[in-house]
Amino acid sequence: MSALTFPSEIEQALCGLDSTSRRAFLKASGALVITTSFGTIPGANLLAAEPAAAPGPYPDPDFLQLDTWIVIHPDNTATFFVGKTDGGQGTGTAFRQMMCDELDIAYDQSRLVMGSTDITPDQGGSGGSDGVERDGQTMRRVAAEARRVLLEMASSHLGVPVEMLAVANGIVSLKSDPAKRVTYAELIGGKRFDVSLTGQNVDTATGKAPVKPVNELRIVGQSLPRYDIPPKVDGSLKWAVDMKLPGMVHARNVRPPFAGAAVERIDESSVRDIPGFLRVIHHGNYVAVICEREEQAIRAAKQLKVEWKRPATAPFPSSNELFDYMRRVTPTSTSQPQIQGDPEAAFASAKQVIEAEYEVPFQGHTAIGPAHALADPSDGQMTIYSNDMKSYGMRTGIAKFLGIPREKVRVVYMDGPQVYGRTAADDAGFEAAFLAKEMGRPVRLQWTREEETAWDTKGPPYVFKLRGGLDEHGKLVALEYDACALDYNHVGYNEPDTVLIAQLMGIRRDRPTPGSAAAPSVMYAIPNRRTTTRVVALPMIWETPLRTGNLRDPNGPQVTFAFESFIDELAAAAKADPVQFRFDMIERANEDRVFRKARSLAVVRAAAKAYGWEPRPAPRQRVSTSRDEILTGRGIAYTYRNNTIVAVIAEVEVNRKTGKVWTKRLVCAHDCGLAINPEGLRHTVECGMLHALSRALWEEVQFDTEKVTSVDWVSHPTLRHSDTPESIEVVLVNGDPNPNRPDLPAYGAGETSHKPVIAAVANAIYDATGVRIRRVPFRPERVLAALNAAMT
Amino acid sequence: MSIVRLRVNGSTHELDVDPSTPLLYVLRNDLDLHGPRFGCGVGQCSVCTVIIDGTAVRSCITPVSAVRGEITTLEGLAKDGKLHPLQQAWIEEQAVQCGYCQNGQIMTAKALLDRNPNPSDEEIRAAMDGALCRCMTYYRVQQAIKRAIRATAAKGEGQ
Repeated sequence: MSALTFPSEIEQALCGLDSTSRRAFLKASGALVITTSFGTIPGANLLAAEPAAAPGPYPDPDFLQLDTWIVIHPDNTATFFVGKTDGGQGTGTAFRQMMCDELDIAYDQSRLVMGSTDITPDQGGSGGSDGVERDGQTMRRVAAEARRVLLEMASSHLGVPVEMLAVANGIVSLKSDPAKRVTYAELIGGKRFDVSLTGQNVDTATGKAPVKPVNELRIVGQSLPRYDIPPKVDGSLKWAVDMKLPGMVHARNVRPPFAGAAVERIDESSVRDIPGFLRVIHHGNYVAVICEREEQAIRAAKQLKVEWKRPATAPFPSSNELFDYMRRVTPTSTSQPQIQGDPEAAFASAKQVIEAEYEVPFQGHTAIGPAHALADPSDGQMTIYSNDMKSYGMRTGIAKFLGIPREKVRVVYMDGPQVYGRTAADDAGFEAAFLAKEMGRPVRLQWTREEETAWDTKGPPYVFKLRGGLDEHGKLVALEYDACALDYNHVGYNEPDTVLIAQLMGIRRDRPTPGSAAAPSVMYAIPNRRTTTRVVALPMIWETPLRTGNLRDPNGPQVTFAFESFIDELAAAAKADPVQFRFDMIERANEDRVFRKARSLAVVRAAAKAYGWEPRPAPRQRVSTSRDEILTGRGIAYTYRNNTIVAVIAEVEVNRKTGKVWTKRLVCAHDCGLAINPEGLRHTVECGMLHALSRALWEEVQFDTEKVTSVDWVSHPTLRHSDTPESIEVVLVNGDPNPNRPDLPAYGAGETSHKPVIAAVANAIYDATGVRIRRVPFRPERVLAALNAAMT
Repeated sequence: MSIVRLRVNGSTHELDVDPSTPLLYVLRNDLDLHGPRFGCGVGQCSVCTVIIDGTAVRSCITPVSAVRGEITTLEGLAKDGKLHPLQQAWIEEQAVQCGYCQNGQIMTAKALLDRNPNPSDEEIRAAMDGALCRCMTYYRVQQAIKRAIRATAAKGEGQ
């Protein structure tokens, strides 16, 4: 295989060292291979580096060594190495901003390497929107420590105490005489820090230096443009899907045509005459074809004749029968009822009691780019080039799956299509590694559209039953919440005994993950409450395309749809304004340690103000009495996710003749504490809302009793340009109104705005028409049927 | 296999491939042009879009033997080291999340503006409707298209 190669700028930066010490340095410092895209470095071209073959083994980078995190180059630039990945929300840019600020180096003097297991410390990759909130804090601490060490070195170099020094843009100077100065590069460029950190784990790793107080941050808080966007729009970025290696061959999977199907016979002669055909590889019910060229593999996968045997019983009910099945079947687990106050007595004395049931189907990730990976078994090691958001977990999982030492496996993280939890359980990486081991050659695999849409992991379907009691003043005094999720054997992560190839090979863990059904996240004071949750399973839990996994805030959109729809129903029953009804319940709540009450009030108030909300009860009109063809309405929903708080107002137009819903306007008030990059945050909030709008209006996995039938963009529709709102407004409420947050924390923001949108749209449809849609998605035929029913 | 001659981004290539091979795989795997990407293989998402003689074409369902005329890929939009106004507008609007689909967004928009330099909002939405994005960047993509239209118009007035 080829020798080590480096991007020219790194090569240049390290030219002060001879080759032996450079290699030792790089290996020790973690800069062995640079594999990701770089931002604009003065004088350097944008480039996407060639991932290089570095002979293993690949020991874990030591997170307690400063050199693992930061390298200062002789040109006075810095490279940061972090154990995170960026699914397109701009977290890479945010990490650079945070580290530059603490190191006191300009943003343009920095670059960032993410998520490659042999050269970046294991911070777990991405998930749970905690990159900035948790992992970013470790990054800040290590960068602050590097600054401290550099200042001490400068103190010796310049012969003055540290207190007399100032530092900016990687240049340390005397406060009294700025002409007396020394650069970071002159102090350490191309050399190791050799400074140990302390900490029990990577999340607590720290040096001796404190991080800066928020009011001293200069780069954090700026809306710097994302460094990864230019190479993404000019076509120069090399993505995981673009990786090629000498001797590489192409694979495609051949999936069972129905769930639980068993291979009876494979007729290899059916594909042997395809030019470039190399092999059919199968193990249990996992089948793949290998060809020299990609289009040959695609053809072979279609053409391969496999006889499959159906399972003895139907693996699942059809999607039309799903909710009946969920209500009927015995749960795999039932939570202890959570009871506050005396709900029974409160219901007995309530003036009005209302009940409603809500349904959310399976919804898929259906990534725009089907799953893919390239695995290289050269030199007795295994390297996987992947966009896996949890590359570290994939490395461990693949090592176990293949039965090879972890030190011989590395995952090189590269950009890829959106992840949102899908690549936390990255089936394609395991498959490519298995096939590469079998072939003894690099194997590139990509799933087909049909395979991705049918077989990806899916958000769990839910059935909810809610019951609420209002007193004579229209105040909510009693609430029962019952949620049932079909989530047993949830496949959340890169586990060697749950990824799809393992299932198809017949590997079974003794105890499937129990799954969960969630309760809502709101700050409402409801004195008497009863909360129950249940999890149910399909008849077949292995080797099925109906696998639940983590889909962007895995339970939040479903739960918030039901709960915030029901709150709206209660407000309507109380003839109260929906904003005021919520506001009053938050006001009656107790404050908590992250000021969720005050912040929730501020967020709800800000959303209403930005929208121009005039108080009145819903609905605005009823379809049965209005003569308008286009019915307009507005709806609000509020929630929080962990420490981030959000309220969304949707304005919709409902076409009474077609049932088509157009969300004309979305307003979001959002508080995630300190915004590292406000414009980047706004865009992520916008897209999170539109992703949920797609789930609200279009998305549903459909299936008969043995296979998924919604398999492409016709049978599985998604939001399109023509559905896009005319106006989206994002109001960042951050920081207000809590004087008791001296060091404003930065909370996760990747998922919160995704959570309340389905409910906001449902509430707006009700306001527009007087018709309540309690089943997701709100496709035209469903809405039209409900409107017509209301006319009779 | 047979010899296929392609003109791509101003260069001519002769390749020995099966003539039924979809253009996408020839561009990506033989010519190392990674702008067009695989999204669906059935012409439904636009991720693989290239422009052939002014028309946006889905390269995943276009046999290489059927191609006549000059192919432009995302890599061919910049001229003399200067980004196309659409690419520039995309950067200024920061219109990208993951970016996997953006080839389809930009190339579809380019074909639109080449035939209609001043489309209405409705025309933009209609023309772009087949360009799917699962990060849902549609709002900023539409803003970026409008920004590019304004930039091009301002430049035209300045000349």
